[in-house]
Amino acid sequence: MSKVLMKGNEAIAEAAIQAGCRYFFGYPITPQNEIPAYMAKRLPEVGGCFIQAESEVSAINMVYGAAGAGARVMTSSSSPGISLKQEGLSYIAGAELPCVVVNMVRGGPGLGGIQPAQSDYFQATKGGGHGDYHLVVLAPSTIQEAVDLVMEGFDIADQYRNPVMILGDGMLGQMMEPVEFRPLSSKRELPPKTWATTGYTGDRPRNIINSLYIDPQVLEEHVKKIYQKYEEIKKNEVKVECYNCEDAEIIVAAYGTTARIVKSVIQKAKQEGINVGLIRPITLWPFPTSTFEEWAQREHIKAFMAVEMSMGQMVEDVRLSVNGKKPVFFYGRTGGMVPEPNAILAEIKKVIGGVLR
Amino acid sequence: MTHQIIIAGFGGQGIMLMGQLLAYAGMLEGKNVSWLPSYGPEMRGGTANCNVIISDEPVASPIVTEATAVMAMNRPSLDKFEGAVMRGGLLLINSSLIDKKASREDIEVCYIPANEIADQLGNSRVANMVVLGSFLAKTGAVSPASVIESLKKVLGPSKEHLIPLNEEALKRGAERVRECVNR
Repeated sequence: MSKVLMKGNEAIAEAAIQAGCRYFFGYPITPQNEIPAYMAKRLPEVGGCFIQAESEVSAINMVYGAAGAGARVMTSSSSPGISLKQEGLSYIAGAELPCVVVNMVRGGPGLGGIQPAQSDYFQATKGGGHGDYHLVVLAPSTIQEAVDLVMEGFDIADQYRNPVMILGDGMLGQMMEPVEFRPLSSKRELPPKTWATTGYTGDRPRNIINSLYIDPQVLEEHVKKIYQKYEEIKKNEVKVECYNCEDAEIIVAAYGTTARIVKSVIQKAKQEGINVGLIRPITLWPFPTSTFEEWAQREHIKAFMAVEMSMGQMVEDVRLSVNGKKPVFFYGRTGGMVPEPNAILAEIKKVIGGVLR
Repeated sequence: MTHQIIIAGFGGQGIMLMGQLLAYAGMLEGKNVSWLPSYGPEMRGGTANCNVIISDEPVASPIVTEATAVMAMNRPSLDKFEGAVMRGGLLLINSSLIDKKASREDIEVCYIPANEIADQLGNSRVANMVVLGSFLAKTGAVSPASVIESLKKVLGPSKEHLIPLNEEALKRGAERVRECVNR
């Protein structure tokens, strides 16, 4: 199939439809409005249903309902809207239902701004809502990767009965790149949705979707079962890219669009005789801990530096993974400011010149 | 070769379209491309700009901080982006709307009276295509034929009649660069 030039938001919406998503419930917010707009137009063409809910809270609970009935369903929003959806996400995770949620992150806290940011990392990877749970968090850095991850995201959600979040940012949503909608390279054996509430006709036990467990012993068992699932996810689903790490003396950790800026910095640094590597987590949860562990043991790697569009969130996971074996530094811009290549390079030089010499 | 392009002007001048046509044309020619708009509470008459990258290599950062070429369609754009042109790079100035001269001496500057040329063609809205024609003639980033091919896809069959006008605008822009100032 040939490539088409598409905006990130529209490509994500189309990818969802091609992955079999037939239900979308959302509420508008910049910079992700092209997703609901595209869905509103396209879903009726494929026999699906789009509803602009009266609020984000309502939208996520519609997702809860459709997921419970076994449908492939998605919602999308940007930071403040995603905060409103946290209660529903906790319920969906507790009830073990599959769905895909897109967060095109903008600057915060509060209403913040509408320019790109990565300051929702904690919220996305550490739970976000109440209770013991995780989302699977996928962080694409190109529009092609966003398309591929949305398609795979629906499969991951179905395989583990767990919500999956696509964590992008305003830049990824607004920019255009050529994309190809291609079938997934690996086909998963997905379990049949025998648990779905599709209407009781007497030919199977009654299905009940619920996240309420009054008996603490039962709830503990339930949570432990979910956490066994998380161990499986950690074992099977980690995705990470290592770029130019072999000869590097310093490794930068960055994800999403920031990782692309870092790649430009790496090319620039090379011209100045500085060898910089990049570890780019593609799954933010599960985090590619072992990749960091391995590189931290290499002699030639003197330090790590996380670069983020935040005040420093992923850097905590980098520190936990590097576990004191090498120093870990941080550089970030926030509030919708995007780190400039020259500023990142200057920080790298500072680390190399100060700590490493 | 990597073309790192900034296009800037008023909202309504067709800034975003210029960038999209370039990216589309680059894709048709099998190159790696990206298009990144400024986005925000912008509207007609406000400022708008976009970054386009056309490259033989995969596109790393989609943000252009050191441009191989800047197309400034109005005065505020010149003020904002003249400094972003890399040494030896190209600056195209819409001299119909910008009465100021460029201050840099380490870049190549072309003054294109784009709105006047567009008016001569009978439609002031193709001023953007005039400048795009100049850019293509100077850089060869993509072929004018690919841009027209892209425009056909963007406009659709109902506006096919506008294609000759746009072709002419590209051509007039290209002719104009012969008078470019080389510093």
